[in-house]
Amino acid sequence: MGFFLETLIGGLMAGMLYSLVALGFVLIFKASGVFNFAQGAMVLFAALAMARFAEWIPAWTGLDNLLLANLIAFVLAGAVMFAVAWLIEYLVLRHLVNQEGATLLMATLGITYFLDGLGQTIFGSDIYKIDIGMPKEPLMLFDSVFEGGLLVSQEDLIAAGISAALVAMLTVFFQKTSTGRALRAVADDHQAAQSIGIPLNRIWVIVWCVAGVVALVAGMIWGSKLGVQFSLSAVALRALPVVILGGLTSVPGAILGGLIIGVGEKLSEVFLGPYVGGGIEIWFAYVLALVVLLFRPQGLFGEKIIDRV
Amino acid sequence: MFYRENGQFKTSYRGDQQIFPIAQDRWAILALVVFAFIGVPLLVDEYLYRAILIPFLILSLAALGVNILVGYCGQISLGSGGFMAVGAYAAYNTFIRIDDMPLLVALLSGGFFATLVGIFFGIPSLRVKGLYLAVATLAAQFFCDWAFLRIKWFTNNTSSGSVSVSNLQVFGQPIDTPVQKYIFCLAILVVFALLAKNLVRSAIGREWMAIRDMDVAAAVIGIRPMYAKLSAFAVSSFIVGVAGALWGFIHLGAWEPAAFSVDRSFSLLFMVIIGGMGSIMGSFFGAAFIVVLPIFLNQAIPLLGGLFGFDVSTAFISHAEYMVFGALIVWFLIVEPHGLARLWSLGKQKLRVWPFPH
Amino acid sequence: MSDKRIGDVILDVKNISLAFGGVKALTDISFDVREHEIRAIIGPNGAGKSSMLNCINGVYTPQTGTISFRGQTFDHMDSRQVAEMGIARTFQNLALFKGMSVLDNIMTGRNLRIKSNILLQALRIGPAEREEMQHRAYVEHIIDFLEIQAHRKTPVGQLPYGLQKRVDLGRALALEPKVLLLDEPMAGMNVEEKQDMCRFILDVNDEFGTTVVLIEHDMSVVMDISDRVVVLDYGKKIGDGTPEEVRNNPEVISAYLGTSH
Repeated sequence: MGFFLETLIGGLMAGMLYSLVALGFVLIFKASGVFNFAQGAMVLFAALAMARFAEWIPAWTGLDNLLLANLIAFVLAGAVMFAVAWLIEYLVLRHLVNQEGATLLMATLGITYFLDGLGQTIFGSDIYKIDIGMPKEPLMLFDSVFEGGLLVSQEDLIAAGISAALVAMLTVFFQKTSTGRALRAVADDHQAAQSIGIPLNRIWVIVWCVAGVVALVAGMIWGSKLGVQFSLSAVALRALPVVILGGLTSVPGAILGGLIIGVGEKLSEVFLGPYVGGGIEIWFAYVLALVVLLFRPQGLFGEKIIDRV
Repeated sequence: MFYRENGQFKTSYRGDQQIFPIAQDRWAILALVVFAFIGVPLLVDEYLYRAILIPFLILSLAALGVNILVGYCGQISLGSGGFMAVGAYAAYNTFIRIDDMPLLVALLSGGFFATLVGIFFGIPSLRVKGLYLAVATLAAQFFCDWAFLRIKWFTNNTSSGSVSVSNLQVFGQPIDTPVQKYIFCLAILVVFALLAKNLVRSAIGREWMAIRDMDVAAAVIGIRPMYAKLSAFAVSSFIVGVAGALWGFIHLGAWEPAAFSVDRSFSLLFMVIIGGMGSIMGSFFGAAFIVVLPIFLNQAIPLLGGLFGFDVSTAFISHAEYMVFGALIVWFLIVEPHGLARLWSLGKQKLRVWPFPH
Repeated sequence: MSDKRIGDVILDVKNISLAFGGVKALTDISFDVREHEIRAIIGPNGAGKSSMLNCINGVYTPQTGTISFRGQTFDHMDSRQVAEMGIARTFQNLALFKGMSVLDNIMTGRNLRIKSNILLQALRIGPAEREEMQHRAYVEHIIDFLEIQAHRKTPVGQLPYGLQKRVDLGRALALEPKVLLLDEPMAGMNVEEKQDMCRFILDVNDEFGTTVVLIEHDMSVVMDISDRVVVLDYGKKIGDGTPEEVRNNPEVISAYLGTSH
């Protein structure tokens, strides 16, 4: 039982990381109807930026304080992501405004490749560390209830806290600020929003910036846990099924979907894996998404997709 | 501009519906095919076969298959790498497990099994489209990745996880030297291209395009979306499966599942986008482009770097490849969504009226 | 005009009600269509006319009511079945296959009748080839009839609107339908184009005896060519009869012009 709970908690933590990436997808899709395949590449790009800046800043300025260096690196990386968001809107999205979803999807595929190459050119292609002072030793919890206690990673707990804080901030942003309202209006109906004077292009830049910041946070946490390396961009591919499961237009769906898939992957790997030779994690999320697609294409929380003649 | 296309009137519908209605086009294609079979082997050295020509032929075939599904029928597929893998491993198993199995039959059996898998993973297309379908096809890709990695029976229980074939021959002729491999692949490609061209201009091709353009209207005139979509998956997977078998048997000789990873799926999709969706000719253009581009960049970038005084590392070249690919995809989608094939026919149009602007 | 051989009831719509969530598109609509006649459905915008056609066609499924065609009764229609039975339609917003040529668009209408399987089509020999040519001949017939020969190879997306509407009609005709459902076939046309379209509709009705059910806004067209008229307003039927009867129906007049207070 203890082992089951540990696996469960481990899965929840992993799932939360998926949720972070999925959040970026959902944000962009909600506001612009674009499915941003490049979200994973953005996570990698942001993580690379942060890792390298954190390295370079002490070298440039002689700063010794780890926390301060990381803070500045975070801000700089955020600025870089804003620039990336602006460039993507200006160079790509603006020219593909009325195209169908498939075209936009493939455009974001192209952006993925481009960002991957660019990131490695500017920031290098080795494995880099992000050290934001996360404690690496695991915690033993509940050792009065379960024999030996539950092994829980402190780092994961803190990451969960950061993610929760991020989601809370985003919710407040969307519900309480006028920009947030404008974003929701655009997500609902582009033309109506335009007709009441909401500047579509600027909104899209804002959305991509927000997604960029989400990517940065996700990259920071992933990078701190696993190190920043090229395979990080494959993270996008892992987050896709999360978005399908939760529903492309739902923020709570992205979070719940991520948790479900994280838990599902871990549990199925540990308990089913030995029977089929292991490695179930490769396809579990996708097959789950496939099954959901067959019975409920809009996901758990998404809006029903209606086709008009 | 080179020849007059006017004045060639047809007196029968049959004449009007030939693949190349204009006589000069027919001659040109015939000459091209003859040159490909006879001329190229006289001119080309071994490196060119291995590096460019054979991959080009096999990937053209795969791109043809993907184009049928994505370009003609409008169903996004990111699972083509997986279907290639099914073709390769199915062909492998038929080849080595059944004594005296002819090579051609083994290859076709690869296509057959890929068809079955393709139809199965095509079922979601009856419920969803666009991005959602892309996710479903990715499920096919990753499931195949896993299956050929972990299910030992597929790889004949080798310890290393990779398989190899040798002693290939067809109708008594060995397929050993690069020239022989080239001719073999070329012959298969020509046959399949002809069959594919016939399909897209007959009733089933029209059904596919109708589903792509407006599936609700298609249902109203009596087209069954299920039949059209699944048949597109079936035909496409068959061709892709045969291409996968060729890739493993002829080009690689020995392979492991990573040869058919999701990168291959993306690369095939790029070939179709850049070459021209919904165009048989476009598949060739796209494959040529994707095969030649890395080689071109390999030479051009150090050259450019040298001009500007930069020392260029090999790592940079591979990053540059990514950047150039990505930028080109975006560029094509913005400027010419119908790809190189459309640019080609636009170019011919301009040449027809040159030196007048229109 | 009135001594045209109008036959028995071929299409009978009974008590059809259609609602989308809370929006009632159609409420208890009943009317019949006789063979060989031209039946117009008119009404202000949003009256539910297109929804009615969509029900007959199998695009929408009504919550209540039945539709009878040639004696067989259904409570909902399946699109393919409807096409097989011989009901074809055009769309208000054209639903042409933009990526294909005029010829190919109309050829898709023949798909129901093409029997050769994929393998034969791939090899393109013998029976497959002959079948393709046969259907090509029939489609050329339609192209001649609609006078669009010059455009047969043009991608439909490049044609002007009026010609696109003709292609839409051509595709419906390719099904050799018993009943033709036309959804605002003359919308957006100028006077000459309308005259041409009227001519085509009358010719189809005359030469092939095709029953025509047509949604139309242009009153002069309706009064001129239709045998009987159904009037809808807010999803309800408010008039049913000959053009004369309907024109003088006070409810119809108030629906269109509003009553004076």
